[in-house]
Amino acid sequence: MTSQLYALALRGLTKRFDRPAVDALDLTIRVGEFYALLGPNGAGKTTTLRMVAGLLRPDAGSVSILGIDALADPVAAKQIMAWVSDEPMIYDKLTPLEYLEFVAGLWGIDPRTSEKSARNLLISLGLEPHLNERCEGFSKGMRQKVALAGALVHDPRLIILDEPLTGLDALSARHVKGLLQERVRTGCTVIMTTHILEVAERMADRIGVIASGRLIAEGTLAELREQNGRNDTTLEDMFIALVDTEAAAA
Amino acid sequence: MSSTAHLTWFARHEFRLAWREWLAMMTGGRRRRNRAVIGLLVFAAILHLPAYAVVARYVDLRFPLDPSSLIVLTATIFLSWALMLSQAIESVTRVFYARADLDLIMSSPAKLTNIFSIRIAAIALTVSSMALLLSTPFIDVLVYLGGPRWLAGFGVVLAIGLSAAAAAIAVTAFLFRVIGPSRTRLVAQIVSAVIGAGFVIALQVVAVLSYGTLSRFAFLTSDTAARIAPAPDSLVWWPARASLGDLEIMLLLLAASLVLLGVVMAVLAPRFADTVASVAANPAAVTQGRARAFRSGSRQQALRRKEFLLLRRDPWLLSQSLMQMLYLLPPALMLWRSFSGTSTAIVLITPVIVMAAGQLAGGLAWLTISGEDAPDLVATAPLPPSRVTRAKIEVVLIAIATVFAPLVVALTFASPQQAAVTAIAIIIATASAAAVQLWFRAQAKRSQFRRRQTSSRIATFAEAFSSIGWAATAALALTIPVAALVSGILTLLTLAIAWKISPRQA
Repeated sequence: MTSQLYALALRGLTKRFDRPAVDALDLTIRVGEFYALLGPNGAGKTTTLRMVAGLLRPDAGSVSILGIDALADPVAAKQIMAWVSDEPMIYDKLTPLEYLEFVAGLWGIDPRTSEKSARNLLISLGLEPHLNERCEGFSKGMRQKVALAGALVHDPRLIILDEPLTGLDALSARHVKGLLQERVRTGCTVIMTTHILEVAERMADRIGVIASGRLIAEGTLAELREQNGRNDTTLEDMFIALVDTEAAAA
Repeated sequence: MSSTAHLTWFARHEFRLAWREWLAMMTGGRRRRNRAVIGLLVFAAILHLPAYAVVARYVDLRFPLDPSSLIVLTATIFLSWALMLSQAIESVTRVFYARADLDLIMSSPAKLTNIFSIRIAAIALTVSSMALLLSTPFIDVLVYLGGPRWLAGFGVVLAIGLSAAAAAIAVTAFLFRVIGPSRTRLVAQIVSAVIGAGFVIALQVVAVLSYGTLSRFAFLTSDTAARIAPAPDSLVWWPARASLGDLEIMLLLLAASLVLLGVVMAVLAPRFADTVASVAANPAAVTQGRARAFRSGSRQQALRRKEFLLLRRDPWLLSQSLMQMLYLLPPALMLWRSFSGTSTAIVLITPVIVMAAGQLAGGLAWLTISGEDAPDLVATAPLPPSRVTRAKIEVVLIAIATVFAPLVVALTFASPQQAAVTAIAIIIATASAAAVQLWFRAQAKRSQFRRRQTSSRIATFAEAFSSIGWAATAALALTIPVAALVSGILTLLTLAIAWKISPRQA
């Protein structure tokens, strides 16, 4: 299988700060897959995803995004990718519509298509009454929705989300989950970190568990159960067991 | 906990917050308390030298003074008061809009009137402490050389600090009532900036219009000022008399300031809770039809337009920029007066303009380069970092060109050679300021603009020395070209040193 068939292929990805944050990580995610990356705090999830998004330079290893070497040609890789961080960073003095138009401008999207797309996205996320209000008065959940809409407005083929559901109310979370599943149905790949294991359990095609910068388990829910030797266990139980085992081994 | 103990505890909490805010401002957020305190003490010690140079000749001054001296002294005290008022308005606005603890305080069972009274007192004491800190070296020199009567100066500083804080709280509360919370933030910030610079600039404007000079003392020491000045026993001269050692008047001024602050606390503290609630309930600003701004053009154009839109919508920056523009008013008037061709003082305009351009460019460059509120978005956008940087520097250049081009064009009519030198110096000063910001860039929120000068002392000094250096070079190029060469080389050397020790280079 060539790397072109993968949405993301990481080989030997390494990043050290005071200690290894990501330790020779190999990870492969297929096109059109909804992948949940789980791990305890400080496991290296965000560092990994920030390296994929081009926000951090790895110390070693390679990052391939839909066949594009993201380290050699970051601009081409960024063109087809979107990143949403857990702390929504948007411009307080812009309205949601302006923000989306700005993002579309940065990605070089045709203004005729981006305007309609931006409006539809914001409406689908329940932001219609706030389209022309500046973001400075928005709650964290609203800001998160604006940031998410910004990530989707340029139709990325790979969406990377770091804790996207934090701070969202139940209805908004459902909107976001629906929107992401819709994107996956159209062939887009979604990689998401979350501490809400129920979300990973329900939405993810495959789940990866990372601890101390290394992938300690990976597979579908059924495969993880099989690896764990119990068919009736929940993802939460498996996750805790895996992390405890890893911690004991360390 | 008894009511008094509770108040004392809250007062301690307020002062701890004020101390830590100040410490963060001094150390750029790094935990270097000891270094900050030692630095402060060294700074205060060193300040005694310029203080000696400035005030040593006045140690024998006694009331009654000649009218000109009395006017200059009173004007200086009033200027200090205006600056403290400016600082206090800024502090009050921050208490209303920027403190993260208001929800906690409002939801606590504590008596809000007491809490806000303490907060008002904390503002007054913070403003006064800063004024005392800066004035102590001057008073020390006067006391050492002229005797203990000059100790009254401390009382005067405290009195003007307390009264300035009281006035600031009253002004802000008045603005809330008249124009509402959403506009108060903008207006108060602009008022703060204008008050800070307004008095000096007003004196310069009068001096330019009346005497054709940029010296603010020209009007104060003129016969006209002496003629219209009140009689020596007027209340107007009380602050001057108190600072010259009149203990009785100093105590009266101090008492009056305390009473004023007490009245403000008694009247306005109970209303603070409503005011804070109204700020929290303030609806978001609605902006119609602006998204069009990003709908055409290249990716760099989108970035440039975003920067311009954010600059236009930033009230705080607006007030800072306004202050820079206000400083340009006197030289602009000077230019206007000089069209007749009778004055050679027009050469003075060039360094003023170049310096203002350098400083404004430094601020704008920080906002566009370091003050990026969505760094992840820009970093993950599909365009090389060099093009992002280029777009941001273009914004600075365009903004500076827009502001200063009219002055240069006007200067062309008076002296084409001077206009050419000024234009070149503006471009170099702007490029230097932008370069310093690039070398020392440190990602921050735009709201941290106020603290930008503390994030890197070297960057701050490099930016200031570069502006001053290019201003001096431009002035010398018009008068002593050989000296301009030396000045230019020294300025380049300063920039080279800054580059060498910058984090980008390290």
